[in-house]
Order: sequence, then C-alpha cells, then structure tokens
Amino acid sequence: MAILLNRSTRVIVQGFTGKIGSFHAEDMKRYGAKLVGGVTPGKGGQKHLGLPVFNTVKGAVRETRAEASIVFVPPPFAADSIMEAADAGIKLCVCITDGIPSQDMMQVKRYMLRYRYEDRMRLIGPNCAGVITPGQALMGIMPGSIYLPGRVGIVGRSGTLGYEAASQMKALGIGVSTSVGIGGDPINGSSFKDMLKLFEQDDETDAVVMIGEIGGPQEAEAAIWARDNMRKPLIAYIAGLSAPKGRRMGHAGAIISAFGESAQEKVEILKEAGVVIVPTPSSFGEVVADTLARMKKAA
Amino acid sequence: MDIHEYQAKELLARHGVHVPRGGLAYSPEQATYRAREIGGSKWVLKAQVHSGARGKAGGIKLCANDEEISNAAEAMLGRKLVTQQTGPRGKLISRLYLEEAVDIAQELYVGFVLDRKEERVMIVASAAGGMEIEDIVEKEPNSILRTSVDPGVGMQRFQAREIAFGLGLDHNLIGKATETIFSCYQVFRDYDASMLEINPLVVTRDGNLIALDAKMSFDENALFRRPEISELRDKSQEDPRETFASDRGLSYVGLDGNIGCIINGAGLAMATMDMIKIAGGEPANFLDIGGGASPERVAKSFRAVLGDKNVETILVNIFAGINRCDWVAEGVIKAIREVGVNVPLVVRLSGTKAEEGRRILADSGEAVIVADTLAEAAEKAVAAWRAAAKKKKAA
Repeated sequence: MAILLNRSTRVIVQGFTGKIGSFHAEDMKRYGAKLVGGVTPGKGGQKHLGLPVFNTVKGAVRETRAEASIVFVPPPFAADSIMEAADAGIKLCVCITDGIPSQDMMQVKRYMLRYRYEDRMRLIGPNCAGVITPGQALMGIMPGSIYLPGRVGIVGRSGTLGYEAASQMKALGIGVSTSVGIGGDPINGSSFKDMLKLFEQDDETDAVVMIGEIGGPQEAEAAIWARDNMRKPLIAYIAGLSAPKGRRMGHAGAIISAFGESAQEKVEILKEAGVVIVPTPSSFGEVVADTLARMKKAA
Repeated sequence: MDIHEYQAKELLARHGVHVPRGGLAYSPEQATYRAREIGGSKWVLKAQVHSGARGKAGGIKLCANDEEISNAAEAMLGRKLVTQQTGPRGKLISRLYLEEAVDIAQELYVGFVLDRKEERVMIVASAAGGMEIEDIVEKEPNSILRTSVDPGVGMQRFQAREIAFGLGLDHNLIGKATETIFSCYQVFRDYDASMLEINPLVVTRDGNLIALDAKMSFDENALFRRPEISELRDKSQEDPRETFASDRGLSYVGLDGNIGCIINGAGLAMATMDMIKIAGGEPANFLDIGGGASPERVAKSFRAVLGDKNVETILVNIFAGINRCDWVAEGVIKAIREVGVNVPLVVRLSGTKAEEGRRILADSGEAVIVADTLAEAAEKAVAAWRAAAKKKKAA
C-alpha cells in the first residue's frame, strides 16, 4: 500500500454530524474511503449519512473495528478529541482543525508518550489538508481530481501549495503514491522526517517531494536524515523567499532558532544535504520529471 | 498578540513578581502627578509601544524633576517611535509609563519561549542581562542557561532553583530568584503566552530582585479562553491595514510593494509572492482568505487590499479544495461592482468548480485578465503593473 492509508483502512469521523464533518465525510465516501461510522458525543445510536453515530471513540472502535479517525472538532475541544482517539486504540489520526492553542498541542504530544511505541497512535496535523492515496482512499479535504495515481510521494505543510505541486505533476502525467499534509502549526503530530521514513520503506514510492516553508527546524532536520538514510531521491521546495523577517517584539525566540529558519538558509542546508531543489513554485512538475528521467537513465 | 510593558508588569506583579512602583500617563500633567504619587527623587519615563530597543531610539528618559518629566513627556507623546524592531513607519506613542528609578547592582536576562524543536516551553537565562539576547549569544555564549518544562507536570521548583544558582546569585537571593522564575512560568502557562522576556531582571543595591522591563506575547489561538488578555489589545500599535483585515477574519500582512495579493492558503500565498518577485514585481501584502470563502468574504478581501494606496495591480490566485471557484468568481464580480476596482486585475482559478468560475468571469463582461497557471498569473500581474505604472507616469 502506498503509506498510511489504502482502500481497506477503516475510518471514522470525529465531529461527524457537524456541517464541516458531514460535508467532508460525504466527499471522502465518494472518493473511496472505507467510512464505517462517526462520533458525536450525545448523538450515539443515531444514523448519519447511512452510518452509525457513537458517543465515544472507544464505542466506535468496539463496534466498527475502526483503525483510523479524522477530526473535524472545533479548536477548543480538538485536543481532547485527539487524546480520546489515542486512548481508544486508533492507529492513525488526521486532525484537520485549524486554531488549536499551542499549549493544548504540547499536552497532546506529551499524553501520547504514555503508550508503548508499537501501540502509539500516529497523528497527522493539526491544521492540515489530510492524507490521500490517489485511486484508493481520501482522509482529508483535498480535491481528489487533481491527483493521478502513481509512484511519487508528496509531503507538505501547506494544503493548497501541495495541490499546486500535484496538479503540475498530473499535467506531465506523473502520479502520486500518497500525499500527506503535515500542517502549518508550530507543534504538529508528525514531522517531515517521520513521513520520509515511511516513504523510504514503501515499495510503491520511487521519489519524494517535500514542500516546506519558513520557520521551524523540521525541514533541515528531515534533509539531514535523508542525507544519511534515504536512497530514494528527495525533491524540495521552500516557500517564503520573499517573506520579510518576522516583526516581533522580543528576541527570546532567536536563541533557539539560530539553526537557519529563513527560506534562503533552509535552501542552503537542503542543497548541502544533496536534496534536489525546486527553484520556483511553478517548476514542481519539470523538476520531478527531470529527476525521474535521471533515475531511469541510471537504472 | 503583543501587549505593553506596563500591562505585562501588572500581570506579573499580580502573581508575585516584583516590579518598580509606577503609573500610566496620557499627558505631561499626568506624568508629573504620577511622580508625586510614586515618590522618590528620580524617575524613568518610558514610551509604551510594542517594540524593544526603545532606549536607543529615545523612548526612555531618566528624569530628576517635574520640568524634566513634563518636557520628556511632551517630546514623546504623539510622536512615532522608530526602533530597530518597528520598521521605518515606527509606532505611535500615546501612552507613557513613569517608574521610580532603581539603583542597579547587577543585570540578568530571563526569557520563556515555545521551543518548536523540543515542543516544550523553554527557559533561557543569562547573567549578562541588559543587552539583546542575540548579542549575549554571540559575546557570552557560556553564560546562557537553558532548561525545558515537561508539559505533563509543569515546571518544578528545582528547575527554577538550578537557574538561580546557575546565574551565580548571592545565597540570600536564591529564594527570591526561584520564586520570580517560578511565578513567570505560571503566568506564561496560565495566560497562554507565547513569549515572556524580562530583560533586565535586576539585583538592586539594597538586595532586591526586580523586573525592570517585561515583554509578553500571547498565542492568538488561545485568546478564546483568555478574555482578560484580549482586552489588552492596543490597535494603535498595529498596521491599520492589518487591523482592518483581522477585524474581518482575514489573515493579512502589509508589505511595501505594489501588487496586491488575494490567495487561499498560507503556503500558496507565500509561493505566489515568491513568484511575483521572480517575475520582477513586489508584493504589497500577504493575504490568506482561508477555506470556505463566500463571495462576501472575497469582496472584503478586495476592500482590505485596496485600502493600501500603494496597490497598482491585484492578483487573485485560488486553488480550491474546500473553497469553490464559482463563489470566488462571484466575489470578484461583486467587488468590481460594489467596491470599485480601478487597477488591473489578474485572476487564476484552479481546483473545485474552476470551469464554472472562469465562465462567470468571462460572462460578466468585466475587464479581468485570466491566467491558467501560477507562472502565467505572476507574469501577467507584473506586466499589467508595469503598463499601468507607465501610463500613470505619462499622465
């Protein structure tokens, strides 16, 4: 299977009966996700979109054998929902919610450490577009039609910039194994590095496109891991070359972000690690095509 | 969200951190009155603006009598203070804070920040206070102490005590320093701060430990549960273009170029701005309209962008996932007819209902330049801007 998700992954929706949850649940069903139910506390026992509604995630897992959950719960309650999923034995949780407080996310990450690594839930997001394995299943909010099934993995922070990359690739006939949005928040469930590890092990992925942006240490960390451990080509773009330096009041952040967080610095670090750089956001397609052609020649 | 020094000090003082006696003033008369209230013989008058490095810019004055206070207050009020951190536009001084002057024996640095790598709150301290933290990192790297807090159990007193000893403080100050650091952490946690900096934290000649300055920023995602912090917002310290946009739920950052941008998604917005620059133009702003944008929201975005008088061309770039291009197109037409768009307009629509969106634009009969790809959109916007600028010059 590509990574994370395929057509037989059993998925529930948290925040199922809300407007946003309902809209995307239908969209996911239409695309091919194996939706088995949803959770809305207080509405257990009802049917929604022809599927059972549960009061708790534990109840849903017991009755439907769900392995994955997608969270559309509003920001004040989203962290709680993620922890509930982790405790119910969900293996993969995708949190779409935008606007969760940083301290809540710190707590979520700390809470998840109570489970043994083998039993620990994998969290994607929050504030992300989700996961799609083209031609098989969608667990997110991306427009399915812009992805061609194929053998290039995509991992990015931004949803819409990921769409841009996928559609440029599609225009050149290049397909995607799985595309993952890890989200734009300062604290997120899975990092670029976490996703590169999965893509590197995946038999159905030949190369990976990483779409980063200014701020945070994750792109550089991923590039260094890739240099030492990855055999598949890594292709990357960093957004924000034209962004002005953040206007901030104090400097307490500067001391721990000394590791190069501007787009220029990140591009330099990536280049040194041997990553193929996409120079402009309109050249995703070409650069991926070139890289694949070079691989073919070498093989 | 940033707050003023005096607001941060009030918050800290309520939780047991010692700060100098002081009072707020909106006029020279109030400032001199405050001096009498506070007592003593020397005072410091401080401009309340959302920026550090105020001293070098003339925003902090030591005064010894009423006349000096009054003159300094008059010189500061109503002026825009330009510091290394404000940008050339500066920030308006409309509030002053008068404090008793403190006899300083030693200056320390203590900062709290969210460490994205560790995903924890990190505490940074140094015995080389008073200078900017970047300079401390460069000149006194060995003086820097760091520790991070386990979010499961919160900061422990031993961590604060380790910092106190690490700063080389006198034994009779260890207890005070431990409590100060611990209280700062509690304020940081209880009010969902994203940054708290005490620079300098001073040891006075009479053996006290006092926060002489305080800067705080807060996590905007957590303001829903911190109404007492939302109240501290001072719109006069924000770029008016950004205030207009944020009051309408739009994410906007004003820049200095001429091509106004209306885009969905922060990453795509940054990439589009990069593309404009590559094509030879300069973006006037960053604007993310977000998901599920209605025609009304699109029209509001046009109002925000056109509020900037430097805008000479507008580029709309939408790659719709949860958005719908037909709604965006309707919003564009609505904006042209209701807001009035008297600059060239380039629109690129992709994704959900893109065909319908393009048809709406074509059928409207309005002068919209349509582009198919990101590169084409940026190139057409820069070309339109150049042509418009030329025409303007000729006229």
